[in-house]
Amino acid sequence: MTVLDILQYPDERLKQSSKTVEIFDQTLKDFVTDLEETRLAGPGAVGIAAPQVGCARRLVIVDVSQLKKPVDNHGYLLLINPEITKWQGMEKGREGCLSVPDYTGNVIRAESIRIRFQNIEGEWIEFDSGGYEARAIQHELDHLDGMLFLDRLVSRRSDLFTRKTYKK
Amino acid sequence: MKKWSLITLVGADQAGIVAQVTQILAADDCELGETSMVRMGGSFSMMLRVRHDDMDLGALLKGICESLNLHLHVDEDVASNCEETDPDVNITVYGADRSGIVAEVTAILADAGLNIIDLETAVAGTADKPIYIMTIEGQALQGVDALTEAAKKISKGIELNIVPIQTLRA
Ligand SMILES: [Zn+2]
Repeated sequence: MTVLDILQYPDERLKQSSKTVEIFDQTLKDFVTDLEETRLAGPGAVGIAAPQVGCARRLVIVDVSQLKKPVDNHGYLLLINPEITKWQGMEKGREGCLSVPDYTGNVIRAESIRIRFQNIEGEWIEFDSGGYEARAIQHELDHLDGMLFLDRLVSRRSDLFTRKTYKK
Repeated sequence: MKKWSLITLVGADQAGIVAQVTQILAADDCELGETSMVRMGGSFSMMLRVRHDDMDLGALLKGICESLNLHLHVDEDVASNCEETDPDVNITVYGADRSGIVAEVTAILADAGLNIIDLETAVAGTADKPIYIMTIEGQALQGVDALTEAAKKISKGIELNIVPIQTLRA
């Protein structure tokens, strides 16, 4: 088991799209083990995507089951070739990224999603996820398309209220 | 030896303030750090953290302040790092406009451990029925529950929503 180096922006590899995982073998399993080690080494990281360690493959890990303030979750999730097939609702939340140290910002994400992915054996699985877990999944999937949360920042001043004009 | 200063500029809003001020700073190798610039009413305010060589920032900006009629304030030798703690609570407040809403709400929440990081207010509604709106991001030093409990003391007619912020790290 190895803790891998996490790429940090402006490393160009973080802005590239990743390729489909096609071979489900021991090498893939070993990589997943290392990727999870790497996630656990990051301070409080609830997810990590393969491209964050320089591997341009469509694979992410998400696990929001260990938070101090518990949230709905599906435990440890290894999502290979994941796709979101349904989106519902929108919610503003605060995000940070292992690849963008020392900064957090507000991002709008779907409140709940349906996710379809392959497991380590290559079998397809589909389920619904909501709230914090859904946010983490969306954050990680963005990495597979070369997107960072910085690409989705909303202004600090975009609040929950619609601004009205004070009529004189 | 480079050092950090905080520049505050306020004046009537007009096109090109940011571009003109930052060009002058850049021309003298003043590097911008964190900044906040906002228009409010007809005024524009700027707070800029600047890293610069030993120089008189007041003298550097004197010309632009005169031509754009800006008030300038410089705090020299401010901290070199600007580590902001992440907010862990988001509070929205609104109600029929009357004097003292901000004072009342912030006093009660401060007693319950609220450290304000960012607060904005706006007046909306119509002229005869104005409503006051406030959004706060802060740290709940005694926990979010303490804020929720304290909020019960706030006058009727003021709506208050307290939502924990759980920052995602991924
Ligand atoms: Zn990330």
